[in-house]
Amino acid sequence: MSTPRILYCHCQYAQVLPKDVKEQVLQSLCDRGVEFEAVADLCELSARRDPLLKALADGGPLKIAACFPRAVKWLFAAAGAPLDAGQTEVCNLRVEAATAASEALLNAALSPNLPAGKNQS
Amino acid sequence: MALTQTALRVALYEGPGAKSLSPGRRFETVKQLLSQGCSVRSAADPGDASVWVGDFDGGPATPGFQHVSLDQPDFAEAIDGVRIQEQAAPAGQWKPWFPVIDYDRCTNCMQCLSFCLFGVYGVDGDRKLQVQNQDNCKTNCPACSRVCPEAAILFPKYKAGPINGDVVSDADLQREKMKVDISALLGGDVYSLLRERTAKAQSRFSKERDADKALAERQKCLTKLAALSADIPPEVLASLPSPEEIARRAAEAAARARAALEPSN
Repeated sequence: MSTPRILYCHCQYAQVLPKDVKEQVLQSLCDRGVEFEAVADLCELSARRDPLLKALADGGPLKIAACFPRAVKWLFAAAGAPLDAGQTEVCNLRVEAATAASEALLNAALSPNLPAGKNQS
Repeated sequence: MALTQTALRVALYEGPGAKSLSPGRRFETVKQLLSQGCSVRSAADPGDASVWVGDFDGGPATPGFQHVSLDQPDFAEAIDGVRIQEQAAPAGQWKPWFPVIDYDRCTNCMQCLSFCLFGVYGVDGDRKLQVQNQDNCKTNCPACSRVCPEAAILFPKYKAGPINGDVVSDADLQREKMKVDISALLGGDVYSLLRERTAKAQSRFSKERDADKALAERQKCLTKLAALSADIPPEVLASLPSPEEIARRAAEAAARARAALEPSN
């Protein structure tokens, strides 16, 4: 399996992600010099059906720093870019500590955690 | 507002022809670009980015691509200029607040479509529920998620679970069902409660013809309604259309929901 790509959501237009957590996670990505995609607000990209989401969903293993896995799953689906449950790991910045989230993102091993659900094969 | 524009794609370029950035500068640059609503790719390969940003070493690294130098004093304005030129989405004009359907839970019952007065919901060609007009949704109002008996409607920016996407527990489901029952006891839904109360008030107003009393009664109704549905922001309640318009929209929404549920020929 190829190295997972990283997507970071800054949740720019709401205060739901703790500011220190999201900034520390972004800082750790920049410190490490790894490749990543960063978006201002995943919700907005979903509503606009931004083609970036489709490219990310279709591109293989993916780690996403955002919010609850169930929300991330259906935001992508709403944009016509369903995620592959077997190849996606979501780090929930609403509840995880910055250190734990950064470690999970930077770890090459993928731990898929999207809710399987009835429509998920 | 139509949500047809997409975010400006920016590559933070550190390849041949540009200097490597310090981690601190990389962080500040990405943060700045995100605050301007851009999507940022920090990678050796700039991919399909519309514009490359970097500390260019003696000029643009690759002719034919738009470049914005980090050294220029009006960096933020330059990015905005590219955004306008590329007709990309402006930053911050709309707070992305809208419902997201969890189709693992949704039973296509159409209660949300029937409930929403703002045309957020619709159905696709297969008469499956869809969120069609996200920007019609009233910011910070999660009311439709409260009428969903399956807790299938998410608002990812909501403060609490399961509406924010947190796992749905059995206790959540019981609570959601109870809310619907309470709402039904009160007259179907919060909007029908409002209509009923306002109709009663109107009947009195027609006799009294007192504008001040009419206003006071409407405010009283809204306050009671807000107390019953604590999640509905007062500004949403205050911006509700007239009772006649509410009745018209509710009937229209109910008709659309009924049509979606009718067996197809």
